[in-house]
Amino acid sequence: MSEVFTKSMARNIYYGGSLFFVFLFLALTFDTMKTLPQQDNRAAITPQVALGKRVWEENNCIGCHTLLGEGAYFAPELGNVYKRFGNSTEAIKAFIRSRPANGIPGRRSMPQFNLSEEELEGVAQFLKYTSEIKTQNWPPNIQG
Amino acid sequence: MKYQSQKVARLYFMAAIGLFTGQILFGLILGLQYVIGDFLFPAVPFNVARMVHTNLLIVWLLFGFMGAAYYLVPEEAERELFSPKLAVALFWIFLVAGALTILGYLLVPYSGLARLTGNDLLPTMGREFLEQPTITKLGIVVVALGFLYNIGMTILSGRKTVINMVLLTGLVGLAVLFLFAFYNPDNLVKDKYYWWWVVHLWVEGVWELILGSILAFVLVKVTGVDREVIEKWLYVIIAMTLITGIIGTGHHYYWIGTPGYWQWLGSVFSALEPIPFFMMTVFAFNMINKRRLNHPNKAAVLWAEGTAVMAFLGAGVWGFMHTLAPVNYYTHGTQITAAHGHMAFYGAYAMIVLTIISYAWPILRGEKAANQRAQVLEMWSFWLMTVSMVFITLFLTGAGVLQTWLQRYTDDPLPFMVVQEKIAPFYWMREAAGVVFLIGLLVYLYAFVARGKPAEDATAA
Ligand code: HEC
Ligand code: HEM
Ligand code: HEM
Ligand SMILES: [Fe+2]
Repeated sequence: MSEVFTKSMARNIYYGGSLFFVFLFLALTFDTMKTLPQQDNRAAITPQVALGKRVWEENNCIGCHTLLGEGAYFAPELGNVYKRFGNSTEAIKAFIRSRPANGIPGRRSMPQFNLSEEELEGVAQFLKYTSEIKTQNWPPNIQG
Repeated sequence: MKYQSQKVARLYFMAAIGLFTGQILFGLILGLQYVIGDFLFPAVPFNVARMVHTNLLIVWLLFGFMGAAYYLVPEEAERELFSPKLAVALFWIFLVAGALTILGYLLVPYSGLARLTGNDLLPTMGREFLEQPTITKLGIVVVALGFLYNIGMTILSGRKTVINMVLLTGLVGLAVLFLFAFYNPDNLVKDKYYWWWVVHLWVEGVWELILGSILAFVLVKVTGVDREVIEKWLYVIIAMTLITGIIGTGHHYYWIGTPGYWQWLGSVFSALEPIPFFMMTVFAFNMINKRRLNHPNKAAVLWAEGTAVMAFLGAGVWGFMHTLAPVNYYTHGTQITAAHGHMAFYGAYAMIVLTIISYAWPILRGEKAANQRAQVLEMWSFWLMTVSMVFITLFLTGAGVLQTWLQRYTDDPLPFMVVQEKIAPFYWMREAAGVVFLIGLLVYLYAFVARGKPAEDATAA
């Protein structure tokens, strides 16, 4: 780089630029938080859904599945599984309940988590709540 | 080695390499589970092996960054480390906490670990990369604070070089952003929004400052180019990093329930994110071409060049590939993401740690460079690991393109599990490339043995 462009100019761009974009990002975050209520389906967050999120986390479902496209890529997307299963929490519960403890020979397997009825209902309600978040029409189709 | 206290870096580098080895072994288990679904089931389910793989990665990189700091900060500051004892104590705390956490993943069902560690008091577990029990996270904060105190005191009471200040900024940023790991609201959208403040603002923000400063340090040392020139480059690179990368976070806010304007902001700014990586490549090769000395450590120079190229490919090129919203709509959360994640993490952060180890290790032993044979072995390991990572990335990209097509794009999309079966040949090839990677790593380890006894006692230098 030439002598016209000095180190102190470079430093000023670094300080000025970074500071500007930090503040812009904070402003955008503020605006996002203001608009979220219209999209994030927060009205559906009942104590049951909150429990379901905890069940989701404490069994590390994200370690195999994606949820709204984030997580692991080993098993199906679950952000829209409620819809894929015909808008049925019962079907979700039945699926989770019926996993064989020793897996399915040769097939990618999901563990048997031995969840209580309350936990099952919670996690199914949590997946229902997730499927009703407004996600700019993602995923492209029902297969997730 | 100019200062005795730089020697604590050795402990950190050894731990980094050990954990790196563990990471790769679990990577191979994961790769096998991809094609032999019930491999090790139910003893080690996929999610458990994945946590071990990714958490070992993060922990060994952190060990590497800390080792790099303990090595280069005293040299830049021209004084001994503020407290070598603290550095050793924190090393053991971090290692034991890390080991216990990994053992916890492997030996206790995850929900049991959550109960055991009182996750309900402050629930932070069960989110990707942040799976550690809350108590481990608190431990990480304590270690980070102690580390920053030690490094900060050294820098602030010594010569304040640009390299040191940028490194310190990156490390402080790393610690501060980690605090968002403790924010876990019931609202999934908010949870995801701030989760990226840890993950994205790390790898496409403050970690790039750490990367840039370590690279600049090694280049100063191996090329002898005027520090003024190198520092100017460093400022421009990190300026571009933060100017593009902060708003670039928006490329994760397309489909998670956030407003539509992020599709524009995220696409535009993240499309510019390859610029700082490209500048790093130009920077490294420019400095090496203008070198004023021929450093005998050829392996370290190779690692530095490799970092500059592979970071650009993995982060810049593979990142750009799926970062525009209309593309990401189809590729989001597919094997394309995995391809990019692998090459970017390896090319930028694994390789910069291997660069500083390559440069510093001989000096810590009291010699300028390893003997010829050990260097040749190390360079072989460089090529084996790097080329196999290129192939891992290519195979995953092939898998990802097909997956995107079959599951997301055609008129008659197929279910996830059906598609996975169809693209299994790519996973087999990825696993084969992974085995070559492991061979490369074994050669790398053997290169340490081939160094033999130190030329002179390390304390003499
Ligand atoms: C070890 C990996 C693993 C973990 C952990 C895991 N799953 Fe799964 N899950 C799978 C696999 C593999 C499938 C596909 C099974 C099949 O098609 O045979 C699946 C399928 C599902 C399905 C049906 C999806 C569909 O579209 O057919 C639901 C619902 C589900 N999992 C819920 C959960 C929940 C809730 C958790 C956490 C409590 C969880 N899973 C944890 C591996 C896992
Ligand atoms: C050498 C053989 C390796 C194999 C076979 C392997 C395999 C895997 C597999 C199967 C996953 C899980 C993907 C999923 O979620 O479905 C994974 C995740 C990951 N691995 Fe590896 N890995 C290897 C080496 C590495 C290396 C060297 C690095 C980095 C230095 C790395 C970094 C990662 C990262 C960052 C993730 C998370 C990816 C994401 O969330 O998109 N891996 N790996
Ligand atoms: C060294 C720097 C980088 C590293 C280590 C890195 C690593 C990763 C990882 C691990 C993920 C997966 C996260 C998850 O599990 O959900 C990811 C996602 C992503 N990265 Fe990067 N990245 C880097 C730089 C970049 C750059 C420069 C760009 C853009 C040009 C980019 C674009 C993306 C995008 C768009 C995604 C989301 C993929 C999806 O929708 O599934 N990355 N990155
Ligand atoms: Fe990102």
